[in-house]
Amino acid sequence: MNNCTERIYNGLVKENPTFVLMLGMCPTLAVTTSAINGVGMGLSTTVVLVLSNMLISMLRKIIPDSVRMPAFIVVVASFVTIVQFLLEGFVPSLYDSLGLYIPLIVVNCIILGRAESYASKNPVLPSIFDGIGMGLGFTVGLTAIGIVREVIGTGAAFGKQILPLADAAAGKGGYVPVTIFILPPGAFLVLAFLVALQNKVRNNAAKKGKKVPEASGCGEGCASCGNGACSGKVFPTGNEK
Amino acid sequence: MKELLIIAIGSALVNNVVLSQFLGICPFLGVSKKVDTAAGMGGAVVFVITIASLVTSLIYKFILMPLGFEYLQTIVFILIIAALVQFVEMFLKKAMPPLYNALGVYLPLITTNCAVLGVALTNVQKEYSILQGVINGIGTSVGFLIAIVIMAGIREKIEYNDISESFQGTPIVLVTATLMAIAFCGFSGLI
Repeated sequence: MNNCTERIYNGLVKENPTFVLMLGMCPTLAVTTSAINGVGMGLSTTVVLVLSNMLISMLRKIIPDSVRMPAFIVVVASFVTIVQFLLEGFVPSLYDSLGLYIPLIVVNCIILGRAESYASKNPVLPSIFDGIGMGLGFTVGLTAIGIVREVIGTGAAFGKQILPLADAAAGKGGYVPVTIFILPPGAFLVLAFLVALQNKVRNNAAKKGKKVPEASGCGEGCASCGNGACSGKVFPTGNEK
Repeated sequence: MKELLIIAIGSALVNNVVLSQFLGICPFLGVSKKVDTAAGMGGAVVFVITIASLVTSLIYKFILMPLGFEYLQTIVFILIIAALVQFVEMFLKKAMPPLYNALGVYLPLITTNCAVLGVALTNVQKEYSILQGVINGIGTSVGFLIAIVIMAGIREKIEYNDISESFQGTPIVLVTATLMAIAFCGFSGLI
């Protein structure tokens, strides 16, 4: 397998940001009220991730090490602003439903994490594919959670009614939606079961002696966040080298 | 005055920053093992968000707006917040060592706390005045403090419970958060 397809496989399966690394939990919980929002958020993040990985990889020999964090943040924030304007102009319905969470892509751990741990050390082409892989992995994660919440919460998927709803007035039997799944508590509940499932898989794998990449994300607390972008100081100070 | 009170209660309880807006999930899950560390983190967040919402509203009103640079808000705000957190840390270290000892370790963690940027952006989005912005900041961060302290209190009790293997750690915390979020839904009729 060559390097580029390996990066995509890595992002989609081996180090899937949502299911394995548990990165970017804020948008994961907030925008997955429907599958279409999940896809929109995932693809917006992918675009920002690919572009910022590309630019940071191009500039990796120019940016001095001591100011790399502010430089990365400016690069990421610029692309986020561009994506925000594109969404506002061309997909206003998605822009309205994602709202505040579009500018908040800036503080998504995945993006700064990949910039710090991959793009700033590797050539341009693998970095682009790393961005595509990670971004698609994130999109798949958000879409999957979005579908689960939308189906249970409204009986629909991608806005299409797939489970016929019960209608008490007409005496028709059918699916009674569990509305709480599209409300905030549902997000926590779905994620809780997701992480429990992941723990189960991890424990089984550990019993068989297989190695599973550690969750480095915020689910385990920022202090343990391996990528340094989550918990590090952004601007270098005198007392640290 | 009444309007300010509504903003404060709305952002602290009704639209709780963690439990209904999902901002600042990282520290909420990560630093909520013990009540005193949770209170320390909450205190640091109140401190930083209050200052950050004041500074970002001032800069938005007096620099970005007159120059027509509103579209740069995301870039400007994130850099201001990053610089501000470190400035606050250095200032506290020199000027108020006791406070620094209490909050110091939590300050660097706050830079990428999305709640800080979230408040700054909400203030702009809702076209709050500077005073309203600061009140919104205080309300939001007090909401965070309430949520994280309650969560830490519950987690201290959960320690002694027998939890099935797969649910140990993060999952049980998320289930707890689910129940807390349901409880906070009860505030929605308040304003």
